[in-house]
Amino acid sequence: MTTTTLAVLVPLLPFLGAAAGLLLGRGAPGFVRPLAVLPTLAALVLAVLVASRQGGGRPVDAATELTPTGSVLIELALHIDGFAALVAVLVGCVATCVQIYSTGYLRDDPRYPSYAALVSLFTSAMFLVVYSGDLMVLLVGWEIMGICSYFLVGHYWETPEARAASLKAFLVTKLGDVPFLIGLLALATEAGSFRITTILGAVANGSLDHPTLIALLLLAGVAGKSAQFPLHTWLPDAMAGPTPVSALIHAATMVAAGVYFVARLLPLFEASRAAMVVLAAMAAVTMVGSALAALAQDDIKRVLAYSTIGQLGYMTGALAAGDRGAAVFHLLTHGAFKALLFLAAGVIIHAAGTNSLAAMSRMRGLRDRVPDAYWTMSVALLALAAVPPFSGFFSKESVLGVAEHVATGHTEHAPGAAGWTVLLAGLITALLTAAYATRLWLLAFRGQGAEAPDHGRQPVVMNAVLWVLAVPSLALGGLAFRLLPDWFDGRDLTPTLTTSVLGTGVALTGGIVTYAAWRHTTALAARTPLGAVAAHPEGDAALVEAEAIATHRPAYGNVASAPDPADPGRLLLGPLHRHAAVGFHLDAVYEALFVRPVQAGASLVRFLDREVVDTYVRGAAALPRWLGAAVRRAQTGNVQTYVSALLAGTVVLAVAAVLVATGA
Amino acid sequence: MHLAYPAVLSALLFCTGLYGVLARRNAILVLMSVELMLNAVNLNLVAFDVWLSRAAEETLHSGQALTLFTIAIAAAEIGIGLAIVLAVHRNRGTADIDRLRDTAEGHGPDGTDNDTAATGTAAEKAEATA
Repeated sequence: MTTTTLAVLVPLLPFLGAAAGLLLGRGAPGFVRPLAVLPTLAALVLAVLVASRQGGGRPVDAATELTPTGSVLIELALHIDGFAALVAVLVGCVATCVQIYSTGYLRDDPRYPSYAALVSLFTSAMFLVVYSGDLMVLLVGWEIMGICSYFLVGHYWETPEARAASLKAFLVTKLGDVPFLIGLLALATEAGSFRITTILGAVANGSLDHPTLIALLLLAGVAGKSAQFPLHTWLPDAMAGPTPVSALIHAATMVAAGVYFVARLLPLFEASRAAMVVLAAMAAVTMVGSALAALAQDDIKRVLAYSTIGQLGYMTGALAAGDRGAAVFHLLTHGAFKALLFLAAGVIIHAAGTNSLAAMSRMRGLRDRVPDAYWTMSVALLALAAVPPFSGFFSKESVLGVAEHVATGHTEHAPGAAGWTVLLAGLITALLTAAYATRLWLLAFRGQGAEAPDHGRQPVVMNAVLWVLAVPSLALGGLAFRLLPDWFDGRDLTPTLTTSVLGTGVALTGGIVTYAAWRHTTALAARTPLGAVAAHPEGDAALVEAEAIATHRPAYGNVASAPDPADPGRLLLGPLHRHAAVGFHLDAVYEALFVRPVQAGASLVRFLDREVVDTYVRGAAALPRWLGAAVRRAQTGNVQTYVSALLAGTVVLAVAAVLVATGA
Repeated sequence: MHLAYPAVLSALLFCTGLYGVLARRNAILVLMSVELMLNAVNLNLVAFDVWLSRAAEETLHSGQALTLFTIAIAAAEIGIGLAIVLAVHRNRGTADIDRLRDTAEGHGPDGTDNDTAATGTAAEKAEATA
């Protein structure tokens, strides 16, 4: 088969798997698990084949026109360069891991068939985004991911948190998608095509009239999808979904799509200095803010969610510095270790029966209950904190190195201000990242107090997936940084000495300071008992997690934080903790800016409909009703009355007929 | 025989029947009046058939054939009609048309209650006869 055929099959197989899973889910439950895992696995194998054939060489381009579509052509086009090939392999790898893990995690879930089908559809949509060479086709995948995330985040729709979170995820990303669509149409109008290659050619010729406007419109959509400030608020709430879904959304698919999109069209963004500065500012605010917020969260998955936002900030930072190689390098390593972090967190939540770090810090011996999750999560947290030689170190240092390169003014394509912003924010974030990673590890695995509950062994499929993902988390960065430039733009990704020393130094500082704070506060833990544990610890992991999420608010009064004086984050953040725990009140701002006006408008419309429009409708109905009541009186129930009326009518007609016939 | 005699006789019969249908209260008598009206029509059919065939305008005697049809149908109709009246009388204890006003406007749930009670007793009776 040609490379093009293989590449077409990659998004097609999970899509067919999803369709078959939805159709057969009820009728043939035995087929659901194979239908979930096998198409995704096959897509992974094909993606690896495509990557090996493409090999970082000339991009594979293929296009076919389905039907004439008016002024600007829409084509089913493929554009596979080194970025697309490698990102597709990452997507396939993470999606396969998630599907395998889900067979254990949701093994007793009644809605597993539809869940698995939606995950397959999600994967297929991401493949489409990755391989597509046409912006309209890319948009199709982009929007399918939006609706799939709505369904998957709302998987536990019995809980109000999940319902609210799924709606919020959908609406906030849509808020970005509307400007995104307008931007795409404006771009296609100016460039005369939706094909990415044609557009990049037009950018190179300088034939775009409004690059800044288009770039900013597109950035709104990217901020929504990739959860960048100020549209990041859906991501922490999306933790109300099942853990494997969080892993899929955060590691490989939805949030990666935005960064990947900018990487594809980077020359367009570089054509506008304003867009690059906005991108840098967005990245800096996102990084620092999310890292502070992560330090204050109590739910283990919310910590990871904020860390995802921060790591995406690094990627957009690298893009703002004009190096998509570093951005996609970080995307790859982050995909591996973040998927691992989430899947391990799922195991821990199942074992502990709670998602609260405060409750976990009061359990002794949790790490002995889940040794696989303990070791793999330690690896992943070290990668997250960018400690050498784990994979996160190399990718993060490549980002910082690029930022330093730009800041010192060695480049034409990116403004120096962007470089300084990204570099400073990146160093601060490296410190904070190490701090919250250390906090998470200490609270989860070094708890003091009652013995952790014993819920038996975790399913083998779940633990096996953790070890599979631990390998790239450990080694991908070190192995790949020499090879990747051949696949990417050819820029060097080797860590530079200055930023490596600086970055590792601040990371170690963050870790040590957090450890000291933890030693200081841990004595308090015994004095304030806390705990919210799921009611059905013997159930499958998904049930335990749903109950843990549902009990967090009743137990602590808040989904995000717990009133725990023993939390080292509370000591480190000081007065900032209160604000960081609620994500710096951004939700309250949105409440005042958008939610309340919309609700007021809705109640106005309801008043107009109920009191004004309905009055006319009721008035129009009154006359026929009166007439009907008058006619109904003739219905006496006496047959002889009816026959008399019939006779009278007949006589009248006969007389009339006779009169007409005689001409009188 | 002149055509006027049977025509007048049938008109008298029809009017008697019509009066009976409109004025009688017993359902059986109403049915009998309907039979009177039918037979008045039959008489007309036969008389006019004879008159027309004598004038040699029509020799198929279709009027008499139609009368046979009418008699057969009237027999079936009266059988069904009497069966209905009997069933109504069994259920309601009366065959008085003035008291069978279930379809009147504003009759309401009262009638439906009667109906369910009636079907209940009808079922019991059916069991007893079986």
